[in-house]
Amino acid sequence: MLHEFRVTVGPASFRLSSSWAKPIAQMRALYAGYPAADIPDFNVRLEPVSPLRRFIRPSAAIDGDYMLPDAAPLPARQGLLGLEMGMNLQMALGWRRQMILHASAVERDGRALIMTGESGSGKSTLSAMLGQIAGAQGWRFMGDEFALIDPESGDAVPYPRLISLKNEAIAAMQAASPGGHFGPLMRATPKGDIRHLAPPPDAIARMDERARPALLLFPSFGRDAAIRDVPPSEAFMRLTQASTNYVALGEAGFRALTRFVREVPVRAIDYRSGDEAMELVEQLWSALP
Amino acid sequence: MNGAAKNGMMLVTALRDPASVARLDADGWACLIAIARAELLIGTLAHRLAGQPAPERVCAILDDARINAQYQRRSALWEAKCAKRALSTYDGRMVLMKGTAYVAADLRAGIGRSIGDLDIMVAEDDLKDAEQLLLTIGGWEWVKEDAYDDAYYRTHMHELPPMIHKERDRMIDVHHTILPKTAGPTPDAAAMLDSAIVTDNGLHIFAPADMAIHCAAHLIADGELDGGLRNLWDFHCLYSESSAADTRFAAQLLTRADHHQLRSAVQRACRLANYLYGDRSARITITDRLFIRRLTARDYLGRGSRKFTRLAFYIRSHLLRMPPVMLARHLWTKWRKGS
Repeated sequence: MLHEFRVTVGPASFRLSSSWAKPIAQMRALYAGYPAADIPDFNVRLEPVSPLRRFIRPSAAIDGDYMLPDAAPLPARQGLLGLEMGMNLQMALGWRRQMILHASAVERDGRALIMTGESGSGKSTLSAMLGQIAGAQGWRFMGDEFALIDPESGDAVPYPRLISLKNEAIAAMQAASPGGHFGPLMRATPKGDIRHLAPPPDAIARMDERARPALLLFPSFGRDAAIRDVPPSEAFMRLTQASTNYVALGEAGFRALTRFVREVPVRAIDYRSGDEAMELVEQLWSALP
Repeated sequence: MNGAAKNGMMLVTALRDPASVARLDADGWACLIAIARAELLIGTLAHRLAGQPAPERVCAILDDARINAQYQRRSALWEAKCAKRALSTYDGRMVLMKGTAYVAADLRAGIGRSIGDLDIMVAEDDLKDAEQLLLTIGGWEWVKEDAYDDAYYRTHMHELPPMIHKERDRMIDVHHTILPKTAGPTPDAAAMLDSAIVTDNGLHIFAPADMAIHCAAHLIADGELDGGLRNLWDFHCLYSESSAADTRFAAQLLTRADHHQLRSAVQRACRLANYLYGDRSARITITDRLFIRRLTARDYLGRGSRKFTRLAFYIRSHLLRMPPVMLARHLWTKWRKGS
């Protein structure tokens, strides 16, 4: 018997099934307020790797419509993480409606700030901070993992899934957003310590509202504050690497990406703290035409 | 389709009769899509259902599937061209097999088809040459180096161990015949290479009868019927397209199948394809029904169901591949190595 939860995140809908009740209950709580889904775009499943491992040292295999071969199982108590990883994988491998960039995004006045970079660059935390704290200043959180670029219009489509906080970012966000709706703290997962945070209510209520990309940032954590221009050619190459479906989209992907780097100014920023980064963002944003 | 059994038969019905999807409710659609993905037939289904009314989200899912099938077609042909270029100094024939051949020849079986590895065939005597060219000039490398597996493939199998491209991460299977050497039937691989034809883009593919026979052999006389619904759809398309082009095709197919010692496999494929995807005029046997039970063994989430039937076909696949004593020795070696 499988426990089930269906949820719609931005344009994508999921049916999550699990042999264990707990991960589904946790998802249900964290995704409270999101629309349900009658026909799912994707299925994600958590099932014991063998019948015994349902009860003894419970171990969950992550499965779904689209899978990588040899995906490692997780302890069942990290099932919530498994479901989230499964959802990301479905998007990365199966979604073709928009171009997917590994990037976070926030919106203000109908215009989107998109941030991309290696894992550890701080793009996810920055989007969460801007969306949670600076909410009063008009930033709306659009997503911390995938920025979806519509190939027809060039617009950014929100994908406000749960914010996935890692290691030091957990304490930082707990301090910054004491009233936030946090999931369970999962220690020593394959990705380090993980804790999920539900996006702010306006991010969920407005998850169908698209925005025009206005600035692309490559943030980089750990050096003295600095701003550098990035030429469109370099941005293009880095974005082909940051996209999960650029190649699969063929000509449509090429058109979408070339237009993106032609229309959107690109900067790289260095920073040592969240406050510093947000200052740089405000400075760049106010200088936009 | 309220109340209809949610298993692989839903996918079969939708492929055979696209208009039947008008009866699906939301859960029926969800089930059909999950099963089609599991059977790697979502792109095929998307093309079959083009123009049928469907809920908005289903249309978007099917659009995605068509985009993805186009991508797979493009990359399959690209891989074929890369292999052909690597083998440019080889004077024998490199014949494309399975999905890549279908798209290279623009056959109905290739429409929307998912294509993973590149499958090619060369003469057995030339394996060494082809292998060297692919490794040195082409940029492929062995997936894993294992002395037992390597020797096993070379002594008993119909193909080399798989190679993967260093940069493109795509696999190539180099065959010299269409069934393991240890299997019962011994197809005439040399005749297949001799009769191969050239497509408009200069690539070799099997002649129509050989292509259908390879498809039937792969489906019925080899393997445990994983992905069987897709292989059977291939056979259905190959058979009906060739029959429509040439009324003598059915008879030629059987004569040729006799030559390759594959008459019963081809006949079974004909009956199953007709029963599942065609006009259902064929009379099927009790064993055919077991095959159908295995082919449609999927649940509402697209998971494999009917464990006992699956196990039976799994055992059968090993018995088809090799005699029991050899099988025991093989499984013993594999078990000791823990793989």
